[in-house]
Amino acid sequence: MDIHEYQAKELLSEFGVSVPKGGIAYSPAQAVFRANKIGASRYLVKAQIHSGARSSVGGIIHCEGDEEIRAATDELMGKRLITKQTGPEGQVVHRVYVEENVETVSMYYVGFVLDRQKERVVVVASSDGGMNIEDIYNERPDSLISVVIEPAVGMQAFQARWIAIKLGLGKTLLTQTVTTILGCYRAFRDLDATLVEINPLVVTDEGKLVALDAKMSFDDNALFRRIRIENLRDKTQEDPLSRKAIERGLNYVRLDGNIGCIINGAGLAMATLDMIHALGGKPANFLDIGLSPQSDKLSKAVNIILSDTNVKVILVNIFAGISRCDWIAEGLIKAVQKYNLEIPVIVRLAGTNAKTGRQIIKDCGLPIILAESLHDVAELAVASANKIPD
Amino acid sequence: MTLQNWQLPVQIKFLIRFQNTMSILINKSNKVIVQGITGENASFHTGRMLKYGTNIVGGVTPEKGGTEHLGLPVFDSVREAVEETKANTSIIFISPPFAADHMMEAADAGVELCICVTGRIPSQDMIRVKRYIRSFEEPNQMRLIGPGSAGIISPGKALVGIMPGYLYDEGKVGVISRSGTLGFEAASQLNKVGIGISTSIGIGSEAITGSSFVELLKEFESDPDTDAVVLIGEIGGVMEIDAAHYLKENMKKPVIGYIAGLTAPKGRRMGHAGAIISAYGESAAEKIEILQQCGVIVVPAPSAFGETIKQVL
Repeated sequence: MDIHEYQAKELLSEFGVSVPKGGIAYSPAQAVFRANKIGASRYLVKAQIHSGARSSVGGIIHCEGDEEIRAATDELMGKRLITKQTGPEGQVVHRVYVEENVETVSMYYVGFVLDRQKERVVVVASSDGGMNIEDIYNERPDSLISVVIEPAVGMQAFQARWIAIKLGLGKTLLTQTVTTILGCYRAFRDLDATLVEINPLVVTDEGKLVALDAKMSFDDNALFRRIRIENLRDKTQEDPLSRKAIERGLNYVRLDGNIGCIINGAGLAMATLDMIHALGGKPANFLDIGLSPQSDKLSKAVNIILSDTNVKVILVNIFAGISRCDWIAEGLIKAVQKYNLEIPVIVRLAGTNAKTGRQIIKDCGLPIILAESLHDVAELAVASANKIPD
Repeated sequence: MTLQNWQLPVQIKFLIRFQNTMSILINKSNKVIVQGITGENASFHTGRMLKYGTNIVGGVTPEKGGTEHLGLPVFDSVREAVEETKANTSIIFISPPFAADHMMEAADAGVELCICVTGRIPSQDMIRVKRYIRSFEEPNQMRLIGPGSAGIISPGKALVGIMPGYLYDEGKVGVISRSGTLGFEAASQLNKVGIGISTSIGIGSEAITGSSFVELLKEFESDPDTDAVVLIGEIGGVMEIDAAHYLKENMKKPVIGYIAGLTAPKGRRMGHAGAIISAYGESAAEKIEILQQCGVIVVPAPSAFGETIKQVL
């Protein structure tokens, strides 16, 4: 789960990380009010979307005085920003963060990630702050410092000192750097984060170390014990269909094709999408209804698929290992009747009770097309999607 | 107090392990306990495993010790269950918030092989579990399969997992799969072309996990009952790439691979906790390229497991 910059800054400041003064606003008037309360001479008005790389697309505006703040907020509100990190659909701005402008002398990068291969939390730092980490990795790999954290004891102060020294902050700002890095680590550990990134971490003209931008992501599987983080969720930043699916216990990812897919098991779902693709078709979505779906899950799945107006054909691929094909068949028939489906439905049933399930489909009198195998179900779906004009 | 498994001299322990590796990891002699046995899912699958002929000797559910469930004795702790039943294998069906604790309990009690069916466990919990397991010295270090594992089946010998047993015939092909259902799909295609399986293992697709492809490829390479190995991977992580480099240097047996998620968009989680492309080398295309460079025969489409493997054999 992702959160906004201002939320990350609020959390990190509780762990001792210094951030510029700022306030959140939902309207131009509120933005001006926030600015007056901060009492600086120059400000940044920053679009709050779940993405970095905002300045290059006009998501961060420098302002002086009430009028400029009002105009900047007005411009950003409701705007759809398409950054390198948002994907082609972009994200709509519903709130802005008004922040005092800080004059910077030098910029650094500090990031905490979960290294799957090492099975450890790893800190990555660089004196090339402000650049995207992938660009630093590609263009300035020598500037990268990485420290692996031993999980039994956690991050130690000497490790943070080492990073400070390597960043060239060891002489003047050692204590502040150590406080900042250890603070980020504790936030990562205590809040079940999967990413804490400060980019850039800057030294100001007043000689202070400040997090100018901050990004945090959290482990979805740990949200059950992080109610406070769950409460920071901004549903406007999530795909409404994915949201709807999660609330119904389904796993959904929207894609840009026209074949709506309902499959049990994530691996089989990915493989089915690949199969469709290999045969020249385009899947409209990834949808995993789980390993042992109850029959009502099919109706919920069809409901979600139909919310995507691009869908021309529905493909159902079920490999019943611990579930039963007869239940699936009954659930599918109910769903087709409930939604008066007029678009073609192609179904493949394999595994436990496949014969009975197929017979139920054959006898139901509905125009559901039965397929024999993974290959056939994809082929039939692609063929019928191609037959229907746009 | 009886002599504990973990107190046995190293030499004897090796012997026990050796006996147990006739098919890899499990066979008829494994004594299995079910952690969380009284739960709904666990009860259902325990029934299926018993029916398959797996040697299940008991279960563990804290506060239900001393009772019986499905005709099996229930214990409060893994340690008591191991002492009483001499179990060496466990399978976990415990809800995600508590699963890490139970994996560590199994490691502490001297369980040799633990299969965690429960998935969606917090990554930081898994970091702790893996660190804890490594604090035991070989050969007393528990082998963990999963979390999010579909289990292990050695057809005709034992099923410690949630696979549909009838799909698997005895034979000489080993299967390692991150995904559960995709493993079933591959098994059913092999079944159709008349190819049997020595052992099939679901390793799950969590970000931080127990035994990797590499560790299990090693087992299959030294297993006299396996002639070829099928490796079913997917997007996310670099476990397949480690496997590719390992098998190029160390394996003589042919490896047939498949990677799901060629059409998965970057940065989106495709169902499994670990199925997300977030860095270089984690996409299906990159993994396929490296596997091929290392001599793996890659199944061109998920409908071609059967034919491709038949050709290789």
